[in-house]
Amino acid sequence: MQKRLLFNSKLLQITISRLCQHLIENHGDFENTVILGMQPRGIYLAERIRKELEKVLGIKINLGYLDTTFHRDDFRRRDQPITPNQTKVPFLIEDKKVILIDDVLYTGRSVRAALDAMTMFGRPAKVELLVLIDRMYSRDIPVAADYIGRKVNTMPSQRVLVELVEQGKKDNIWLMNEAE
Amino acid sequence: MSQLKTKHLLGIKNLTPEEIQLIFETADNFKDVLNRPIKKVPSLRDVTVANVFFENSTRTRLSFELAEKRLSADVINFSSASSSVKKGETLLDTVNNILAMKVDMVVMRHSSPGAPNFLAKHIDANIINAGDGTHEHPTQALLDTFSIREKLGDVAGKKVVIVGDILHSRVALSNIFALQKLGAEVMVCGPATLLPKYIGDLGVKVELDIRKALEWCDVANVLRIQLERQKMRYFPSLREYSLYYGINKQLLQSLNKEIVIMHPGPINRGVEITSDVADSEHSIILDQVENGVAVRMAVLYLLAGKKA
Repeated sequence: MQKRLLFNSKLLQITISRLCQHLIENHGDFENTVILGMQPRGIYLAERIRKELEKVLGIKINLGYLDTTFHRDDFRRRDQPITPNQTKVPFLIEDKKVILIDDVLYTGRSVRAALDAMTMFGRPAKVELLVLIDRMYSRDIPVAADYIGRKVNTMPSQRVLVELVEQGKKDNIWLMNEAE
Repeated sequence: MSQLKTKHLLGIKNLTPEEIQLIFETADNFKDVLNRPIKKVPSLRDVTVANVFFENSTRTRLSFELAEKRLSADVINFSSASSSVKKGETLLDTVNNILAMKVDMVVMRHSSPGAPNFLAKHIDANIINAGDGTHEHPTQALLDTFSIREKLGDVAGKKVVIVGDILHSRVALSNIFALQKLGAEVMVCGPATLLPKYIGDLGVKVELDIRKALEWCDVANVLRIQLERQKMRYFPSLREYSLYYGINKQLLQSLNKEIVIMHPGPINRGVEITSDVADSEHSIILDQVENGVAVRMAVLYLLAGKKA
């Protein structure tokens, strides 16, 4: 199986710092902004971004975990049902600016489910999307990210494999050729 | 494991411990949903569920109906008292007619043991047994064990006594299966006439003295005396039953430890349990009812999630 390295540990750290600078540019002191990490792997990225932002700004930032399983549009259509993960949003997002964070943006369907799941916690003033990897030209629905770590041109047969320290591995993100 | 092996929930007997754990973990997520300001998720929005009740029920039916609605399913209710069953229609005909209206899942309660198993052989829809005669009541056992897990951290290694009318109780049988699969020790306690003769063969302890049973256990699950199922007299009077097997404050206070009190409802206050016990801090009776909705949501979700 062929695989291409998209991110190693060092590049990942540089990219996260850049994304944080970009966020600070738009959100200033984060007074009215909260972060929502999407389960399962978006939460690790969201945790790292929060840590970086808190280090730079010297303030506390609200972070929640959002699980979209019950809001997905492929329920009863998959061979294997998706196992739900914990949703932990210990604040209301009513009138807040929300930064939604996930590792990979592919068809956009998870993001649609997340937008739906989010309404359970109030009506946000604004929602922005941050992803580490944007698989270009592969959207099923009109969703676009506001902050992007890296754009990658991929084929449907390929898969992005995200391995992070939080999962007990080394930080490495690969593009895999599944067909071979 | 991410899905159940079975298409129907007919009883606890055929579930594996892993499947029960999967239901619990899914129910944890739904319990979280139920504690949010908006207590609803859209998962079952293209699913229609028929609640078919050939026997009376308040709690189970409301609990199922609420669980279905919290999952955004379309719900129809059927009770035999006001239906064509009174005109002589057979069970299979009744259910087939309901299914002809494009129903995906059937939640059924029936007075005959095995009625849901019979239906499962003949129809395509997912079937959930909501109690069949004196046989099984799987969702009640799941919510009981889920409540023990919530209160005491785990079910494994706990000592649970089931008190009362074991002979006529589907709750007792399902609970015995569920508790044993999850690693608990089980005892049954009641007058000898209300204990099935060979109940010990299931691997449960048998005790006739309520005080000894309570001294032994961590949890007491107290059952109702099911007068409607008793065709003969099993004990001289309710008053005498209450004197020998009723659980009251003095009895609990005379034990040298605290135990958890459960009851599947409906309670006959003053018969198997007194009001001061049912409403005390030892009782998790209302937690059981609350957990019932989350557990039933998990069962509906997991069964419906299997690809058609």
